[in-house]
Amino acid sequence: MSSLWHYAFVQHALLAGIITAVLAGCIGPIVTARNMSFAVHGLAELGFTGAAGAVLLGASPMMGVLTATFAAAAAIGVLGVRLRERDIAIGSVLAFGTGLGVLFLSITQRYATEAFSILFGSILAVTTGDLARSLIIGVVASAVLAVIYRPLRFASVDPEAAEARGVPVRLLSTVFLLLLALAVSEAVQVVGVLLILTLLIVPSAAAQRLTAHPGFAVAYSVGIALVATIGGLACAIYTSLPVSFFVSALSFAAYLLARSVSSVRMKTAGRPMVESQGQDHGSLTGASSSESH
Amino acid sequence: MTDTAAIRLDRASLQLGHGPLWQTLSLVVPPGEFLAVLGPNGTGKTSLLRVLLGLQPLSEGRAEVLGRAPQRGNPAIGYVPQQRAFDPDLPLRGRDLVRFGFDGHRWGFTRDSRAARRQVDEMLALVEAQAFADHPIGRLSGGEQQRLRVAQALIGKPRLLLCDEPLLSLDLNYQQTIVQLLSEWNRRRGVTVIFVTHDVNPLLGVIDRVLLLAGGPWAVGDVDEVLTSETLTRLYRRPVEVLRIKGRVVVLGAELGGHEPLPGHRTGAR
Repeated sequence: MSSLWHYAFVQHALLAGIITAVLAGCIGPIVTARNMSFAVHGLAELGFTGAAGAVLLGASPMMGVLTATFAAAAAIGVLGVRLRERDIAIGSVLAFGTGLGVLFLSITQRYATEAFSILFGSILAVTTGDLARSLIIGVVASAVLAVIYRPLRFASVDPEAAEARGVPVRLLSTVFLLLLALAVSEAVQVVGVLLILTLLIVPSAAAQRLTAHPGFAVAYSVGIALVATIGGLACAIYTSLPVSFFVSALSFAAYLLARSVSSVRMKTAGRPMVESQGQDHGSLTGASSSESH
Repeated sequence: MTDTAAIRLDRASLQLGHGPLWQTLSLVVPPGEFLAVLGPNGTGKTSLLRVLLGLQPLSEGRAEVLGRAPQRGNPAIGYVPQQRAFDPDLPLRGRDLVRFGFDGHRWGFTRDSRAARRQVDEMLALVEAQAFADHPIGRLSGGEQQRLRVAQALIGKPRLLLCDEPLLSLDLNYQQTIVQLLSEWNRRRGVTVIFVTHDVNPLLGVIDRVLLLAGGPWAVGDVDEVLTSETLTRLYRRPVEVLRIKGRVVVLGAELGGHEPLPGHRTGAR
C-alpha cells in the first residue's frame, strides 16, 4: 500500500498540495480579517471561465485559471471598488463569467472531464510543468507576502490608524488581491473552483477560534490546511474516492473541533463576550444598537 | 524648535462634495497647547484632522504641521481614530493593537522584537491595560479599547496628538481616566493635543482653547470667549443660549457636536 507514495504522480500531488496549503494557510487570516470570502469565491469562478477559455484555445486549463483570476483581481484593484459595492460588482461579473465558461466548455469536445477537474480539482493529475509553475507561484507569493505582511495586517484590521501612520492602504489592497489570485489559482488545482473556500477560509476560521494571537493564528491556519491537504490526499489514494471530498471533510472537521474547543474553553475560563470592568458600560456591541444618544 | 507653531492654518478652506465645511480658517496652535474642536455633525472636524495628517488636501489656503506642509505618515503625529467595532473572533489581542503603533507600518520582518515588546508593556502599564492586554480586541469594552487606542497613539512618542471623539461611548469614569492621561502627556511632555469632541464638559479643566466649527463660520478662543450666547447666536444665526450650571457648560438651542444630531439640526447649523 505504502508503495503508492513512490509513484511520481503521487509525489507531484503531495508537493503541489504542500505549496498550496502553506500559501492558502498564510493568506486565509487576511481574507477573513478583510471579509473577502465572496471575493475568493468570485475569483475562483472566474478562474473556471479562464480554464474553459484555455481549453477552447487548446492551452493548459491551469494557465487559463491563473490568467483569469489575475486579470479579475487587477480589474477589481484598479477600479478601486469600494467595500460596499465590491460584493455586488463581483457577483454581477462572476455570474456572467461563469455563463461564458459554460459556453466555452460546450463548444469543446472535452466538456465533461475538463469541467469536472476544474470544478472539483485535479491534484492527482499534476504534471511536472504544473508542479514547476506551482513552485514558482508559491515562492513568489510567499516572498511578497512576507515583506508586506505586517502593514497588510495593520491596514486590514485597523485601516484608519494604518492610513494615518503612512501605510499605503489602497496599494496594499490591490497587491493583496493579486496575491489572492495566485493563491486561488494554486488552490483550484487541489480542490477545484467549487471547493476553494475549504482551503482559503476554513483553516483560518478554525484557527481564530483557537487563539487570539495573530502569529499563532497564521501557524494554526497553515497547520490545518496542511493536515487537510496531505490527509485528504492519503485518504483518496487508499480509497480511490475524490481528494477534494477528503480535503473539505478534514478542514471542516478541524473547524467543528476548533469551535467546540473554544466553547468549552469559554465556559471554563469565564471571559464571556465582555468582561465587566468596573462600571464601564461603553461596550461597542451595545453602542451600535443605541447609537442615537 | 519651540518657536515653531504645532499647527498653522492660513485662510484654509475645505470643500467636500456640495458644500464648504469650513472657510478661511486661520489658526495658530502653539506647541504644548490642548485645543478642543467642537462643532455639529458634518462640519468637518474629522476632515480637519485628516488635513493635518496629510490625507486630505485643502481646497484653499495653507496648512503647516510642526513647521512643514502636512505629510502622510508623519512619525511625530499620534492619532486616535474614531471608535470602530472589531469582530469578536478577530485574532488580535489588545497588545497587538498597541504594537501597530510601534512598527505596524514597517515592511519585512521584525528587527528588534524585544525592544518592541518592552515598549508595548510600558504603554500598557501607562494606560492600565495590562489586565486585558492578552484578550481578543473584539471582546473588550469600548473603554478598554479606547485606552489601548491611546497607548497605540502615544507609543511613537509623538509631539502632536490628534484625537477623534475618544470619549464616545465611555462612561464618566473612563472619560476622566482618558482625559487625565492625555492632560498629563500634554503638561509633562509638552505634547500638543487636538481633541475633537461633542461634549466640552469633561475637558473643562484641561483645555487651553476651543475651536468651534459651525458649518462655514468658525470661532476660536478661550472657553469663556467662544462658548457664550452671543458668539453661538452669531455663528449659528439663530437664538442660542449658553448657561453655566455648577461649572458645566449647557447649550440650549444648538448642538455643539456629536454624531447623531437632533432631528432638524442637520441643515440648521448653516
